[in-house]
Amino acid sequence: MSKIGVFICHCGENISATVDCEKVAAEAGKMDGVEFATDYKYMCSDPGQTLIKNAIKEKGLTGVVVGACSPRMHEPTFRKACAEAGLNPYLCEMSNLREHCSWVHEKNEQTTEKAIDLVKMLVEKVKKNKPLNAIKVPITKKALVIGGGIAGIQAALDIANAGQQVIMVEKEPSIGGHMSQLSETFPTLDCSQCILTPRMVEVAQHPNITLYTYAELEHLDGFIGNFKATIRLKAKSVDYKLCTGCGLCTTKCPSKKIPSEFNEGLGMRTAIYTPFPQAVPNKPVIDRANCTYYQKGKCKVCEKVCPTGAIQYDLPDQFITEDIGAVVIATGFNVLKTDFFPEYGYGKYADVLTGLQFERLASASGPTLGEIRRPSDGKVPKKIVFIACSGSRDPAKGIPYCSKICCMYTAKHAMLYQHKVHDGESYVFYMDIRAGGKNYEEFVRRAIEDDGVNYIRGRVARIYEKDGKYIVKGADTLLGSKPVEIEADMVVLATAGVSNPGAEELAQKMHVSYDAYKFFAEAHPKLKPVETNTAGIFLCGACQAPKDIPETVGMASGAAAKVIGLFSNSELTREPLIAVVNRSAPPVFSTCVGCFMCQTACPYNAIEREEIKGRDGSVIKTVAKVNPGLCQGCGTCVAFCRSKAIDMQGFSNEQMFAEVMALLNE
Amino acid sequence: MSEFEPKIVAFVCNWCTYAGADLTGTSRIKYASNVKIVRFPCTGRIDFMLLLKAFAEGADGIIVSGCHPNDCHYTSGNFHARRRWVIFRGLLNFMGIDVNRIQFSWVSAAEGAKWADVVNSTVTAVRELGPYTQYRKAADYLAQQDQSIIDGQEAMIIK
Repeated sequence: MSKIGVFICHCGENISATVDCEKVAAEAGKMDGVEFATDYKYMCSDPGQTLIKNAIKEKGLTGVVVGACSPRMHEPTFRKACAEAGLNPYLCEMSNLREHCSWVHEKNEQTTEKAIDLVKMLVEKVKKNKPLNAIKVPITKKALVIGGGIAGIQAALDIANAGQQVIMVEKEPSIGGHMSQLSETFPTLDCSQCILTPRMVEVAQHPNITLYTYAELEHLDGFIGNFKATIRLKAKSVDYKLCTGCGLCTTKCPSKKIPSEFNEGLGMRTAIYTPFPQAVPNKPVIDRANCTYYQKGKCKVCEKVCPTGAIQYDLPDQFITEDIGAVVIATGFNVLKTDFFPEYGYGKYADVLTGLQFERLASASGPTLGEIRRPSDGKVPKKIVFIACSGSRDPAKGIPYCSKICCMYTAKHAMLYQHKVHDGESYVFYMDIRAGGKNYEEFVRRAIEDDGVNYIRGRVARIYEKDGKYIVKGADTLLGSKPVEIEADMVVLATAGVSNPGAEELAQKMHVSYDAYKFFAEAHPKLKPVETNTAGIFLCGACQAPKDIPETVGMASGAAAKVIGLFSNSELTREPLIAVVNRSAPPVFSTCVGCFMCQTACPYNAIEREEIKGRDGSVIKTVAKVNPGLCQGCGTCVAFCRSKAIDMQGFSNEQMFAEVMALLNE
Repeated sequence: MSEFEPKIVAFVCNWCTYAGADLTGTSRIKYASNVKIVRFPCTGRIDFMLLLKAFAEGADGIIVSGCHPNDCHYTSGNFHARRRWVIFRGLLNFMGIDVNRIQFSWVSAAEGAKWADVVNSTVTAVRELGPYTQYRKAADYLAQQDQSIIDGQEAMIIK
């Protein structure tokens, strides 16, 4: 038999002004199964809580209903009070008499009647409540950071500096990402490599960071605190234990005409290569697809010249598995290539470049050692046109979003050009200038006013070649869409930032969601920007949406803080308000029939298959099982279940039906 | 009281509409007291059998409300609820149950005033429709039939 205690709060006068609290308590006392009912001025105050605690102890209550404010406000307070008095906290429910009754209705009989009904609903519900215990999940204190760009570097360093173990996986032979390709950074024009390379070295030398370059995530299993990651270490063909990084092999390699990825195809590299001189680790890998030995079976020049015998042609891909507790995705972004724009030259004009290619031209470590020269003939361009929003904000191109960084880097490019080519003329075609950020607007004004960059508001319709010049035809919308024609020596397209080609596949491997443009989706656009909807997997940087370096670094530190927070306890405590699949004695085992509709409903992949086996090991029945580490307690599976095998703790069918029936039965 | 006062049950999610209704309270916006709110973790949790149960037990109107599309705390629970509602509505129609008595809406945690509007308009609409006795009668009849079958059955004796 239930012994329910009902406690009606006046909340000063907030409730008692319109609701007759004494009457509510008196009526509650008459309800079936109610052992004790009382009212008090401030139930949440210390004497109020003591009142509840004493009643639990003296009357031996089996459930508590507090009729007060919203459970969103004080449910934890009263549950804690119950726990202190020895009653399971999940046997306490709150009836919302303030926000949902006294504050929204006039003082009259009906309002008091409604309050009585609200209390009755919860009395009936709490009778069906079951004692629950908080779920404890152990945590492996090791984080996996995927991607070694500035986002991954920042996150890894923050986590490692907090004393936790980090594994960093980078698919390229060196960490550094897109930031290492940049020449200078806005709005300060400080050298990108100068601020990045020390951090790259720090990652490589940090005692808490294990760095795997030329590696990719193969598989991810498990749940928050308890992931198991399988990492593919791609065959480098070089034994890094023996290699000293002297670089002799890269100078002697006869295959020298391979377009360099690092230089965005503007420079060449060899088949055995380090991507760039400041690479971390500064040791080469063999690009097997372009190596003469792998393709034709002859050569082995690198093996002959290597002084330490580090070249090993038959090294296979290796797979390692690691237990990890949290994942930070920092896989970054990509830029559209020029061949996406037939109207701007099909990618056939050598001097129509992407912004990233221009970065390489302007960079001191680039193919021209920082001199701005045309890739076609090596001449210094005297007239250069920059086209902002190439692809971005263009629904016709399938990219309706703003790529965010282009306005700023286009201003930077024009400025760098003016600083390097003093007699040059630069033109920027733009739609709008979006320079939101500290010192950003000032930076753009500087480009226009101090460096004399010509900004033309309008779109470019077409680019074609004529007598070695590129004719850029556009319109100036500030002059009433007057046609503009510029004979340019070079054109730079601020092409849209897009997701990485492998992003979708990676998202599916990790069961995190992604948006229509294959950028990873955050758990909440405002309040959970670094979480994904899979607990324990976090996001940072441009893999979520195009963003600039300060924002990326901020987000990376945010993701790192989340990981450090998670690792601050050895166990994860979670509310037990989750779904469970029923289990019963043989021969039924469970009412689950194994249709797995719940799997399709679950947004968290929390539903697993469990085989019930007989003594001889044969499978009797395959039923669903909810992983308590992954379940977030939405209950969508409960409504989906055809055989009513899944129920939700704290919001069970029994409880909800009791609540609804109490409300309507007079 | 001469005028008919409908009984309305509101099934709402914890994260948006329940919080929105809290905001209605905090903003002291008045609305009709006929509605009683039942809190669920998510609209995706709402088993539509509960709606039928509510009608059988004497509800005259029902409100189902959750987060706006794409704002679901659990990513997609409200989409499941919406899809379920579209299918369920057709089924109710087929069964001869008045779908005008069910109001399906989205109320976010910031839409306190909208919640008051939803409640008031539903109460007005259901008041015009009058008491909903048809389904209740049918349900009572079926329950009686079930009971008589159970009563009429011979007890199975397990030896």
